[in-house]
Amino acid sequence: MIAAILSLTFLGAALGIILGVANRFLQVEGNPLVDELASAMPGSNCGQCGFAGCAAAAAAIAEGTASPACCPPGGKALAIVIGLKLGITVDLSALSDDGPKIATVAEELCIGCCRCSKVCPTDAILGAARQIHNVLREACTGCRNCIDSCPTEALLMQPVPVTLQHWIMPKPLAA
Amino acid sequence: MSEFILLLLSTALVNNVVLIKFLGLCPVMGVSKSVDSAFGMGLATTFVITLAAGASWMLDNWLLAPFGLGYLRILTFILVIAAVVQFTEMFIRKTSPGLYQSLGIYLPLITTNCAVLGVALLNVEQKFSLFKSLLYGFGSALGFTLVLLIFAGLRERVALARVPDAFAGAPISFITISLLALAFMGFSGLNI
Repeated sequence: MIAAILSLTFLGAALGIILGVANRFLQVEGNPLVDELASAMPGSNCGQCGFAGCAAAAAAIAEGTASPACCPPGGKALAIVIGLKLGITVDLSALSDDGPKIATVAEELCIGCCRCSKVCPTDAILGAARQIHNVLREACTGCRNCIDSCPTEALLMQPVPVTLQHWIMPKPLAA
Repeated sequence: MSEFILLLLSTALVNNVVLIKFLGLCPVMGVSKSVDSAFGMGLATTFVITLAAGASWMLDNWLLAPFGLGYLRILTFILVIAAVVQFTEMFIRKTSPGLYQSLGIYLPLITTNCAVLGVALLNVEQKFSLFKSLLYGFGSALGFTLVLLIFAGLRERVALARVPDAFAGAPISFITISLLALAFMGFSGLNI
């Protein structure tokens, strides 16, 4: 019993120290700017920007090969944040952004075909075959992947409804 | 000397770890889409299996056996394998970022590659010496790499061939690898 505890403790400690030292010597310098940009993005890897996921898009934006406004789910808010971080002015005219929108299901049109729930990158759409689907507001990132998959056009982008749980007092205007 | 060569040959070809013992099938199906990444995966797994075989032999003979802790064998081996894989991952990320990208999730999954644990456990079972168990690990890994490379080459050609719709994708890969396994059965006729 004591021998088992001691030997495994010793083994774990020795391997941990070896790995810790190796990590120190084999450290790879990542670009901290890319990490910062990627953490500001939606992170659902929906692919609408044309890159392989949010990390690749962040790397391209940091390099300057992609526009900071290339993320449709992020919209205007994300473009402004990225512009502030990079210290550049972003052309926002291409973004006709009137606030964040999430997907909603029109119950009278939904036939319960499950096609939308398969393409959702965040599993935000609930539903089984021949049952009316529903969208979890907290999980939807507004990436619009499901809109084209619906055969009856029952999925619509709607502004995020204001509820008691979500309402935030607007900031006072600067004098 | 000839004994060692025979051990190497018999582990790599006759008792091939993938096609005869059916261990480590997940990376064989997963990373065999291109020869380049298959070669990288083969090298990484060779490194891990050889090192894990040696380390597990030392632990078993110098730590577990003297204290009568044989029942901790699987736990200890998994610990050592996980550490070796972690080290390999750091090393590859440092030395070859391209390979690190192309191996992706399959690199940390070497931890759960049953060929690694299987070789370590088979080593103990057969009561080899340290050098022989290193050779056994290296031979098994060589066989693994060989199968991975052959299969990746086959899949690259199958990808260009016209395959009936019902067989496209994974089914034709399974049929291909079963034919490859049949071919490897031929080595069991070798009298070594």
